[in-house]
Amino acid sequence: MICQNCNERQASVHLTKIINGEKTEIYLCEQCAKEKGEFGFATDPFSIHNLLAGILSPDVHPSRNFVKQEVEQCKNCNMSFDEFGKIGRFGCSDCYDEFDPRLAVMMRRIHGSDQHTGKVPERQGQTILIKKRINELRTELQRAIAKEEFEKAAKLRDQIYDMEKKESIEDGGVE
Amino acid sequence: MSLQDLIKKELSKWMIAPGPESDVVVSSRVRLARNITAIPFPNRATTEEAEKIFDLVKNALKEHTPFELNLVDLAQLSDIDRTVLMEKHLISPQLARGGQYKGVAFSNDEVISVMVNEEDHLRAQVIYPGFQVEEAFQLINKLDDYLESKLDFAFSEKYGYLTSCPTNAGTGMRASVMVHLPGLTYTNRIQQLLQGVNQLGLAVRGVFGEGTEAQGNLYQISNQVTLGRTEEEIVDNLNRVTTQIIQQERHWRNQLLEERKEDLTDRILRAYGILMYAHKISSEEAVRLLSSVRLGIDLGIIKNVNPSILSELIVLIRPGFLQMIEGKQLSTEERDLHRAALIRKRMRLSQNQGIE
Ligand SMILES: [Zn+2]
Ligand SMILES: [Zn+2]
Repeated sequence: MICQNCNERQASVHLTKIINGEKTEIYLCEQCAKEKGEFGFATDPFSIHNLLAGILSPDVHPSRNFVKQEVEQCKNCNMSFDEFGKIGRFGCSDCYDEFDPRLAVMMRRIHGSDQHTGKVPERQGQTILIKKRINELRTELQRAIAKEEFEKAAKLRDQIYDMEKKESIEDGGVE
Repeated sequence: MSLQDLIKKELSKWMIAPGPESDVVVSSRVRLARNITAIPFPNRATTEEAEKIFDLVKNALKEHTPFELNLVDLAQLSDIDRTVLMEKHLISPQLARGGQYKGVAFSNDEVISVMVNEEDHLRAQVIYPGFQVEEAFQLINKLDDYLESKLDFAFSEKYGYLTSCPTNAGTGMRASVMVHLPGLTYTNRIQQLLQGVNQLGLAVRGVFGEGTEAQGNLYQISNQVTLGRTEEEIVDNLNRVTTQIIQQERHWRNQLLEERKEDLTDRILRAYGILMYAHKISSEEAVRLLSSVRLGIDLGIIKNVNPSILSELIVLIRPGFLQMIEGKQLSTEERDLHRAALIRKRMRLSQNQGIE
């Protein structure tokens, strides 16, 4: 067995990781294992390129499960999905948007989830939350109008107006 | 410089200050990965883009902040100085190799550090001595709020904080503890425990060496998953598991003391003897013996030695530090000689006056 990190030396260390009941095994040489052991985060064994490429590979090859994507390349950094599959690293934050439909499956494999539930940053986050709420209210408004519930619709319209005011304040760049 | 001055001046707070439950938990650390919107990640950035990131961070930290971070350009440091920063856990092996527009900002006590242009644009961390994951999280969360007020962090509703590697997306957070587990190791309970820990969504690795032969019985335990759990859930899970580990480790230490006191005492005092008198020593052997000595201190078998000797020396005896102290490159044999001399000095120092 050859080390899965450097692909050079003989592997002598065997690592097992279990996420959501799924077992992943990694083989490393002494030297690579040592390097990884000393600074966990940057070189987390689970983020080793090869391993990640392995996780990605079923989706990298065109498969009947996936409709051929229109966007194959990130408009911002020019990284293609195939390239991402090979190196296991995104090129920029826009890649997430560009590759989105395929990412969910991969994220579920890695994390057992495809939805962030943690911290939302104050500045950009507020705008995101307000936009989301406005969209929800608009949908409700359409429904109310369709059902001819005009009193409810009027209330919703006022709420949307308030939210939009808030949004423009947030966008106006509060420090 | 005297050894006391060196320790006070060159070592970080987590190595020398006392911390809660430090008989088992050496240190607690929380890290965050953050990136700036739309600028390519460091592995894909041009030199100009890397410079832009460096300048953005520099400006964000320029103002007088409650965190008092000083940004160092790693290109300005020598190889040895970068290695020392790595040995202190302030930068990663990747950053220790140097490069243009790569930097690290840290506080005076070295509790906070922020790496610039590592795998992500920013990698912030807080390390505290002992079992203080919650405290470390609170501090890094405040630092994150501050940085976010100055920088446009890449964030999406769905995938949270966007990172270069998909394994860090979501919270972008790794919380970890470094634990010293000689009791569980000597009683052959360690493998069973580590497997259990793994099944609870935590990754375990030896701090030095890997797998069954973790040198010095030192393990790092951290969360595996960063997406789909809140920061509080991640901290809470690590805290619960660590509390269990502390209890088990103490139980098996007491068991050893009750059932195999003479063997245990012999092992500990032999380790003490070698460290007091060795003329040459490798870092592997030193770390192994220091683990026994620390256990001896915790069990009251060795007195008059400061317990922080383990966390101090696992850093001080590393190649970068030895070369920094001597002010020159050293061969392996020279390092083994200097290492042994440094340990002898440190052992005698704590016998007489200790480090306050
Ligand atoms: Zn290798
Ligand atoms: Zn991109």
